[in-house]
Amino acid sequence: MKALSITNLKKEYTGGLQALKGIDLNVEKGDFFALLGPNGAGKSTTIGIISSLVTKTSGEVKILDIDIDENHSLAKKKLGVVGQEVNFNQFEKVGDIIRNQAGYYGLSFKQARDNAKYYMRKLDIWDKRNEQARKLSGGMKRRVMVAKALVNNPDLLILDEPTAGVDIELRRSLWDFLTEINDQGTTIILTTHYLEEAERLCRNIAIIDSGEIVENTSMQELLTRLEVETFVFDLSTPITDLPKSLDFEMLLENPQKLKVTVGKGQGLNSVFEILSNSGIQISSMRNETGRLEELFLGLVDSTLTNDQE
Amino acid sequence: MTPLEQYRALLTILYKEIHRFMRIWTQTLIPPAIMIMLYFVIFGTLIGKRIGQMGGFDYMQFMIPGLIMMSVISNSYSNVVSSFFGQKFARSIEELLITPLPHYLILLGWVLGGVARGLLVGAIVTFVSLWFYDLSVDNWTLSIFVVISTSILFSLGGFLNALFAESFDDISIVPTFIMQPLIYLGGVFYSIQLLPSFWQTVSLANPILYMINAFRYSILGSSDLEALGFSINSALFMIIGFIILLSTTCLWFLHKGRGIRS
Repeated sequence: MKALSITNLKKEYTGGLQALKGIDLNVEKGDFFALLGPNGAGKSTTIGIISSLVTKTSGEVKILDIDIDENHSLAKKKLGVVGQEVNFNQFEKVGDIIRNQAGYYGLSFKQARDNAKYYMRKLDIWDKRNEQARKLSGGMKRRVMVAKALVNNPDLLILDEPTAGVDIELRRSLWDFLTEINDQGTTIILTTHYLEEAERLCRNIAIIDSGEIVENTSMQELLTRLEVETFVFDLSTPITDLPKSLDFEMLLENPQKLKVTVGKGQGLNSVFEILSNSGIQISSMRNETGRLEELFLGLVDSTLTNDQE
Repeated sequence: MTPLEQYRALLTILYKEIHRFMRIWTQTLIPPAIMIMLYFVIFGTLIGKRIGQMGGFDYMQFMIPGLIMMSVISNSYSNVVSSFFGQKFARSIEELLITPLPHYLILLGWVLGGVARGLLVGAIVTFVSLWFYDLSVDNWTLSIFVVISTSILFSLGGFLNALFAESFDDISIVPTFIMQPLIYLGGVFYSIQLLPSFWQTVSLANPILYMINAFRYSILGSSDLEALGFSINSALFMIIGFIILLSTTCLWFLHKGRGIRS
């Protein structure tokens, strides 16, 4: 069964801007799916249409095989959305915000209270339940939004840049939490500008650019397309000359930082062997950029180039 | 959504709305009470004694139904327009739009919130008026019907205003430039029989005149309407007609996403 099925979805705003040019997208039930794209690519418009905040021009959207036009109410019961910006009344208490959201879905008072309590505890905002939301930090407000989106126990959860502007601690705790609820069966669609986040969490990915899906595949398959990767080696002792190698492109950025470009099919063992033979001591190693980031830039840049042509 | 789920969702919107205006009671409940008290002191006690009778009643007695209706109308309207526009402005309306709530339930929830505030302020004003005049009600059923239906009507008006409003200026234009003049010229403070014939005819185009006079009739047993050849039923039909028209219009614009969806 598909958690989300989008067919030939188009959106043209007043003034003629074509935000979506007939996209098709399928997300399997139970998937952890990344929807990536540069600013203005059409991600938020797509999410807006799914969640009824934006009116589509044409096309079809189904949530768990339920058409949002034919059975709006049933389709929306299956959905939870974490928007990009804070969208609750900040003068209300945290507990009220989350309980009321459950009430809008028709949950009984007891069920609403129990669900709100469960998610507030899971997201570490239980202690803040009696505080006005405006007094919370940005990260805490994000947690409130996630709790609010989950309070009706949705089958499909859409998160539009949930970790934008939050500290690394919260980001990681949110990653763990999302992984947990995905393991329990909730389908998750994530948009983010942190590509390492998508790479770490998501199994499948679609990249949208200028209102069109330019890539839709599994994360693993996409990463195997990477032609070259650049690794940065931090050296224990400074060096002045590059080690001799015909196989690898090397660059000494400073006496203690060496960059090595490794092609597809080339093993890292050979790099270590060369460095070891040259008497170079390595203290640490990392990717220069995320692997997904390199691919993403390649895909988006190529679209841009084609558009210009 | 099942009927039970819809009922729970409606209660949630209503609870939230009532909680909102009760939380800011110094802005929503106290000012109308003070304003009405001043009207009673200045127009009722001080000036009213010199005016004497109006429409066959003591001036204070004549004025009370009009002042109650004025409070109900302006508070029902302002509750809905400020609350709904506030949610639009803060984008917290998205909370509702992403849920399975049908449009009519969103409209009904806000209208009931407006009616709750209108009736509460109406009750406060009535209580205040009892300090100044020993008021008796001629027809309880009619007075309750008129006050509730008028409150519903102006709550719907506030909702429509909020749907179209794009700034805080837009939610004050209609109350200031349209509603206030119509209320004050609708016979709150005077009987339109005092006006020259031409202005009496012009006044008959003011729908608020019918509401105030229908309410005055329910309290005092007499109003300008019969004297001008209109039955109370015609006023009631007009209120119901406007309610149907505005409800349909609001639902149409909600369906179209006017002001709430891109």
